[in-house]
Amino acid sequence: MILFLVRRALWFLLTLWVVATLSFVLMRSVRGGPFSGERALHPSVEAALRERYHLDWPMWKQYLQYVGPLNLDGHGPRFVGGDGSDRFTGLFALDLGPSFHYRDFTVDDILRQSLPVSLALGALALAWALILGLTAGVLSALWRGRALDVGVRLVATLGIALPNFVLAGLLVLALSFGAGLLPPAGWGEPRHALLPSFVLGAPFAAYVARLTRSGMLEVLSQDFVRTAVAKGLPRRTVVLRHALRAGILPVVSYLGPAAAGILTGSLVVEKIFAIPGTGTHFVNSALNRDYTLAMGVTLLYTALVFALNTLVDVAYTLLDPRIRLEDA
Amino acid sequence: MTRAGAAWAFRRGLALVLLAGLGAGFLSALRGSLRARADFVFNNGTEITTLDPATITGQPEMRVAHALYEGLTVKDPATLAPLPGVAESWEVAPDGRRYVFHLRAARWSNGDPITAEDFAWSWQRLLLSETAAPYAYQLWCVRGARAFAEAPPERRAERWREVGLSVENAHTLVVELDEPVPWFLTLTSSPALFPVHRASLERVREREPERWPSQWLRPGRLITNGPFKLVERRVNDRLRLVKNQEYWDADAVAFGSLDVLAIESLSTMLNLYLAGEIDWLDRVPTDLVPALLERPDFRPAPYLATYFYRVNTTRPPFDDARVRRALALAIDRRAICEKILKKGEHPCFSLTPEGLEGYPRPELAHAADGDPARAFAADLAEARALLVEAGYGPGGRPFPTLEIHFNTSEAQRDVAEVVGDTWTRALGVPVRYLNQEWKVYLETQKRLEYDVSRSSWIGDYPDANNFLEAFRGGGENNRTGWRNARYDERLVAAARELDPGRRLALLAEAEGILLAELPILPIYGYVSQNLVSTRLDGFHPNVLDEHPPKFWRWKSAPEPRRRASAPQPAPSAPADSPR
Repeated sequence: MILFLVRRALWFLLTLWVVATLSFVLMRSVRGGPFSGERALHPSVEAALRERYHLDWPMWKQYLQYVGPLNLDGHGPRFVGGDGSDRFTGLFALDLGPSFHYRDFTVDDILRQSLPVSLALGALALAWALILGLTAGVLSALWRGRALDVGVRLVATLGIALPNFVLAGLLVLALSFGAGLLPPAGWGEPRHALLPSFVLGAPFAAYVARLTRSGMLEVLSQDFVRTAVAKGLPRRTVVLRHALRAGILPVVSYLGPAAAGILTGSLVVEKIFAIPGTGTHFVNSALNRDYTLAMGVTLLYTALVFALNTLVDVAYTLLDPRIRLEDA
Repeated sequence: MTRAGAAWAFRRGLALVLLAGLGAGFLSALRGSLRARADFVFNNGTEITTLDPATITGQPEMRVAHALYEGLTVKDPATLAPLPGVAESWEVAPDGRRYVFHLRAARWSNGDPITAEDFAWSWQRLLLSETAAPYAYQLWCVRGARAFAEAPPERRAERWREVGLSVENAHTLVVELDEPVPWFLTLTSSPALFPVHRASLERVREREPERWPSQWLRPGRLITNGPFKLVERRVNDRLRLVKNQEYWDADAVAFGSLDVLAIESLSTMLNLYLAGEIDWLDRVPTDLVPALLERPDFRPAPYLATYFYRVNTTRPPFDDARVRRALALAIDRRAICEKILKKGEHPCFSLTPEGLEGYPRPELAHAADGDPARAFAADLAEARALLVEAGYGPGGRPFPTLEIHFNTSEAQRDVAEVVGDTWTRALGVPVRYLNQEWKVYLETQKRLEYDVSRSSWIGDYPDANNFLEAFRGGGENNRTGWRNARYDERLVAAARELDPGRRLALLAEAEGILLAELPILPIYGYVSQNLVSTRLDGFHPNVLDEHPPKFWRWKSAPEPRRRASAPQPAPSAPADSPR
């Protein structure tokens, strides 16, 4: 297990480096720069901005500066812009640099403000997905073929098929303007989080329900369950302690991709509900050619997805005694 | 530890982590729950790029700057005429080249007095090339300012002494201009010339030499001199501003707090407006315009901006002015305004929009008949004749396929398709469409890699010069490859002209040349699309779509407590403690 984690950590660093390099090359090769606008800048102003953000350097030097750890900027004090007095900079110094578009912020500032919001939204959405999905899946498996089962499967199919912006629109119409229960958008109070997290979690809840149902059906027909029932254990104990533990394995392995999907998929929901999370930056930074922010967000998501997948692998061994990570 | 034990511990751990995550989520969600809604909430449409008044160009940034800062003058919310700001009064020399500003005893938000020196330093900072201020050129009208801006660092001190900016005493600032600039008092009320608090900026720069550009504008550090001050800023969420009790006219400021939101989605902002969470929107979803026009709170009004197509005059056959004129005539402007835009936009036959006082605005020659349909038919006939004359169409060469270039957006495509359809059906010009993502589109336009490209121009101040200047030969905003010596000459002559009437006549002559040569095809004049609570007073439609927050107040609300006679404004509202 420890060997496994060490190997994973090394892979993690390598992955980050590859992603950083790729996104650097991709960002810089896209047409259009961070300073263009309908009203073009005077050439002297553009030159000053390029100098401040080191865009006047050759590409390899910009890359080295971005990755770090040594600060190549030795130009001494300036009136505007950093003075190059820090010895270390770049990724290795855990410095994602200044944002090109939001000039009053560094990329670190922006991520520090927006990530907790996205994580909170994602955690709530995952909670919706698990609570609704597991409950519906187990009930559906126990009452297989009955009306409840058919209903759950119907809703689940709908949930997967409905795009979240449609669901969002319908719910806002019904709950905000119809019933007047919840605000149509915004962030800052618990009531603001209910609708968006539900909309974000709904398709995943549907998928979890289907996985749980098929997992449970398979397990419920196995010998150890029959043995447990034969021993005279209450049905509740058999389902929750024996069957569920094995039955949700597919759900656990789905949790990694689901969490990643929720995080990266939050951008639409964030936009519809005006939530100041990271998802918005994922799109806008690329549109704005905000090189550093786009790379920062990409790296952050890489790290998150990597960490989630590792967590799932570890969880898997602990739930299923047949799997050992040393072999992985 | 046994495997089962480990599994148990792990599951407990996992549960704890999940619970902690949920808790943290709720806490971060709860963080703002104590924050009551501000007295007035408006949506700014996007997250602003910076709070530094010297480097802003966008309207969202300017809205915030007008709340946080104040220049020597402010604009009348209805007429845009200059009113006293930090300057209590001013004198203009008869030749229009010398301004003497008398500053009042105003204070910064930290209580420091505002002096003429503050303005001199801020304007110097604006001019310096390292500031990279896009609007620094607005100050080049000051004598010697351009020479100072372009001087190498070692000669700056020397050049600065020659700049026509002198601080006579703490409350008197004298500005000398190279040429008379009729809109100078509008410039002094615009963000580029707002003062910046030197001491606080320099303190932050000293403490954090590497990171100060992103630090000195933080809430708690930023010192400003406007009717409001910054207390909170969350990216992509909101800025919370509260009334600045040190502001010289604080008694006249009605709102204790303002929230500035950064919502980009049109339907989301409209939902929040309809739910009463936002009091002012600056734009609305286009498909809902017909329904919104029924409402008293939707107030579209003429706006100092023109929508036009650029023509790449370096590319045949568009290097032929007859071809450009044919294209310009064969645009069904009325259909575009009435069938697509529907907000009251008006067909436009010039670069400069309506609403420029005293300016004899020329138009590109077109049939003006009482009946618009008949007039347009006559224009189409002339356009066909022009193309034949240029050697295309029946009896000539076939016209090569023309590409209309625009930024990716439904609205741009709709307009392009109406234009292209007319060109194909009426002139037999085959048309292709090319939409590009915004930044790619800008780059393509800049490199002149297009045939016809969608554009617009928004005025900074109500003067024709602000529009015509863009098409000076070789200018960075020209982007058509067009160059005309007579045009450039007229602009230079207008800048030197002392007589206001003759100056405008010269500008009109220049525009006449532009509209005969037509490197641009004017299409329509914009309207602003404010959806604003009818309870709001002090908010007037105007051509700059600029609405200084200092004048806002609720109509039906109980009269805000005015202490006109009280010398010391007592901090009555706990506005400074939103947390």
